[in-house]
This record gives sequence, C-alpha cells and structure tokens, in this order.
Amino acid sequence: MKSVPSIAARPDAPSPARKPIVEVRGLRYRYPDGTLALDGVDFDLRPGERVAVFGANGSGKTTFILHLNGLLRGEGFIEVCGRRIDRDTNADALAEVRARLGLVFQNSDEQLFMPTVLEDVAFGPSNQGLSPEEASARARTALDQVGMSDAAGKAPYHLSAGEKRRVALAGVLAMQPEILVLDEPTTSLDPPGQRELLRLLRHLPQAILLVTHDADFAASLATRAVFFERGRIAAEGEVREITERFHWSRESE
Amino acid sequence: MRGAHAHVERWSRGASPLHSLDARAKMIALVVLLAAIATTPAGSPWMFCGFFALLLAAIFFARLPFVAMLARAALVLPFSAVFVAMAWWSAGPRAAFPLVAKSFLSVLAALLVAASTPWPRLLDALALLRVPRPLVLVTQFLGRYLFVVTEQALQMRRAAQSRQGVARKTKDLSRHFHAAAGAVGVLFARSSERADSIYHAMVARGFTGRFPAPTAPPFALRDAAFLFFSIAAALAIRLAL
Repeated sequence: MKSVPSIAARPDAPSPARKPIVEVRGLRYRYPDGTLALDGVDFDLRPGERVAVFGANGSGKTTFILHLNGLLRGEGFIEVCGRRIDRDTNADALAEVRARLGLVFQNSDEQLFMPTVLEDVAFGPSNQGLSPEEASARARTALDQVGMSDAAGKAPYHLSAGEKRRVALAGVLAMQPEILVLDEPTTSLDPPGQRELLRLLRHLPQAILLVTHDADFAASLATRAVFFERGRIAAEGEVREITERFHWSRESE
Repeated sequence: MRGAHAHVERWSRGASPLHSLDARAKMIALVVLLAAIATTPAGSPWMFCGFFALLLAAIFFARLPFVAMLARAALVLPFSAVFVAMAWWSAGPRAAFPLVAKSFLSVLAALLVAASTPWPRLLDALALLRVPRPLVLVTQFLGRYLFVVTEQALQMRRAAQSRQGVARKTKDLSRHFHAAAGAVGVLFARSSERADSIYHAMVARGFTGRFPAPTAPPFALRDAAFLFFSIAAALAIRLAL
C-alpha cells in the first residue's frame, strides 16, 4: 500500500524563484579528533519546501544539521532566515535563528528533560522571553496541535516512544519556527505511529528538512532529496530518483 | 521493569491531607525534624521512640503503606553499617544503637516527604526556598534521568545474562565481575555522551543558562498550621522527652 505522491501535482510546490530561507555554501567542518566530517556542502531550502536528507551512517548528515542553528561552527557560508551564522555571530542573533529553525532530536529522551510535559513544551517559549502564562498558552496550543493535550501534567517517563516523539515535536512547534529540522523522526516508532507522524507533518506549514534512512517515509513527505557521501552532497533530485540511484530502499537491487 | 524509585514516584501522586500541603511547608518541617533527630543525645531512647511515633502518624495521614515505607527506609542500614561498626568497636553497643536509629529515622522522614509530594512540586519548593539554582538543577536532572539510566542498566544486564551462563566456579565469578565492571564503564561513557546531547537539545531551544523561575502558589493557612504543629512536635519530643 505504498503511495508515491506525484511531485508536480502538489499545489504548494515551491517556485524556484523564491529566495531560500536556508543557504549553505562550501561548508567544511573537522572534528577536534581530526576527522573531516563536512567537506564543502552547498545547500538551499526554500519556504514551504520539504527536503529529505539521505546518506550512510557517518556521512555527515547530523553534523550538517547541527551547523544550521550554530551548535557547531565550521568554515564556509551559512545564512538562515537572512542571518549569517559564523564564528562571530553573537548570542542575540543565534537566539533568533534558534527560534526560527526548530531542531527535533533523534532521541526524544534527550530532549524531554523537564519534570512535566507542559513545562518541557513551555521551555522554548520561556527562553524566548515570554511570560509564564504566555509560554504555557503556547505550550498548550502546540500540545493540542500534536494531539497530546491530555498528557500536559504527565512526567515524560510515563509516555510511550510515539508520545515522546510528539511531545518533542510540540516543544519545537511551541517556538513557532519557520523551519523544522527532524533527525530520524521515525526511529522506534511503530507503523501506526509513523502514519500518525506523517499525517501531522503533512499539515504543518513549515519548511521541513528531514534526515532519515526511511525511504518510504521520505517519499511520502518530501518533495526533494539530497544524498550525503563522505561529507558532501553527492546528488540531489526527486526522492524516488535518489533512492533508486543509490539503492536506498529495502526493495531495491 | 522499574527500580525502587518508581514506587515512591507512584506514591507521590496519591491523595491525602499530607499530599495536598504546600511542598515548602513540608521541606521546612523536614529540615527542622532532621536537625532535631541529628542532635538527639545518645542516652535517650524515648526521644527516638517519640520521633518514630510521629513519623508513623504522618505515614498514616499520608495513606502510605507502612511495611513498604519501613522496608525502603531500611535500605539505608547497610550504608550506615560501617559507622555503626566503628562506634561499636570504640564505645560499645550503647554508642552504636543511636546511629542506627538516627540514620533510619532521617531516611524515613525524607522518604515520607518524597512519597507525599509530586516531584515537580518538590523541585519548585526547593527553588522557591532559595536553594542554590545549580543544586536544584542537578537534582532535577538526576530525578529525570534516573529512570533512563536504570532502564539502560537493566537492559545491559539482561543482554549480558543471555550471553553468559550461571556462575559456578570462582573463575566464572571473576568473569562476571569483569563483565559488570565493563558495563559500568559503558554506562558512564554513555551518560557523559547523553549529557552532551541533552545540552545540545536545550541550546537548540534557546537555553541561555537561566531557567524560568517557578511561580509561587499561595501559602494557605493550613500550610502554616501544619508547619507550626510539626515544628512544635519535633521540638517537644527533642526537649521534653
């Protein structure tokens, strides 16, 4: 029951004329131990676009997304929502970028650290300087958006993997970002959980960058894909085209 | 599968007169009670009985299970054994008994507060009572990740058990010890990596080093009354008995 949506049929498919909200040129990064993790990455993301990021383990995908909100700083040009990110970017500018580009981490347990779900989801908005009441209101709206309103008073460890994932997403949505970056969002989700997440993400207006190994999930959500190889983007194109070219689904070969 | 703290966590979400009190009142009462217990002179068994009776009454009002609470508090005894043995050796059994009583009663009192106060309220109370922020944060993270790390330790133990047999000879035992030491090492390294990831996730949501301060709930008359009577009871036992 695989459905491959036709990309051309999407009414909201971005026109190439719109200015990118993420622009990366010649990004290089070397880990302190000397490993060259990124070796000249060029990448654009336009408003409303959903792009899948494929690549083998260790090809630089996660390192790449950690650069987009300044958690790692390499050499090269990065601009997010009109803000340059480099070694000189000050804390205020970074705070603004982090409010606009929301990162959902692979391991939800590492993102949910507050004692209750509501407090955790309100963590981002209160860091943005909202009052406790405003932050709570934002958090409730975001929880409602992901269908987790009933869990507001619960402790994170009482949630299932799928629920944790949705709460982690709410924690980022509560900051009202323009861009969502999701690192392996389908990990440890059962098929109904994956369908649920897919439905949820499809209804979001944000531009989405989806790092994943799951070719089917990516094909159902993304409009375009890039393929990382040894710290570079080796190819980009339509999702099915990329997965077939690199034999990137279970059925291929 | 969960460890002992899961029970305390479940109890803390119960409903009772003690549960509904302000967490700050309970924290202050606890500190006073601990001071009273700690300063009790060695030759006064009636005082220990008084404190014990007071705590039993509180357990009753909190609708907590007596036997399970006493058993959990007794978990501290192996840890105080070293000091008890030293006291016995240098000054005889009359010096050892108060140490056993003090450590047991102190842990029972702390357990009672933990088992009758939801974790988030307890943390808020600490912050509102001006406990240094770093200390509250360390406690908060410890509480949150205790579950994650114990879960991981249990999984590692199961994985190890399913690959090794039962220890029968001394050689096997030393192999088991080796495996356990390795597991602890992995757990430690993993926790350190996890700390990095958690910090990244916090920074990604705009964390700048300051946590939003909790808002103070109103301190009701009944909270004040509880605080007054618990301090009065602790002092009465400590000074009068």
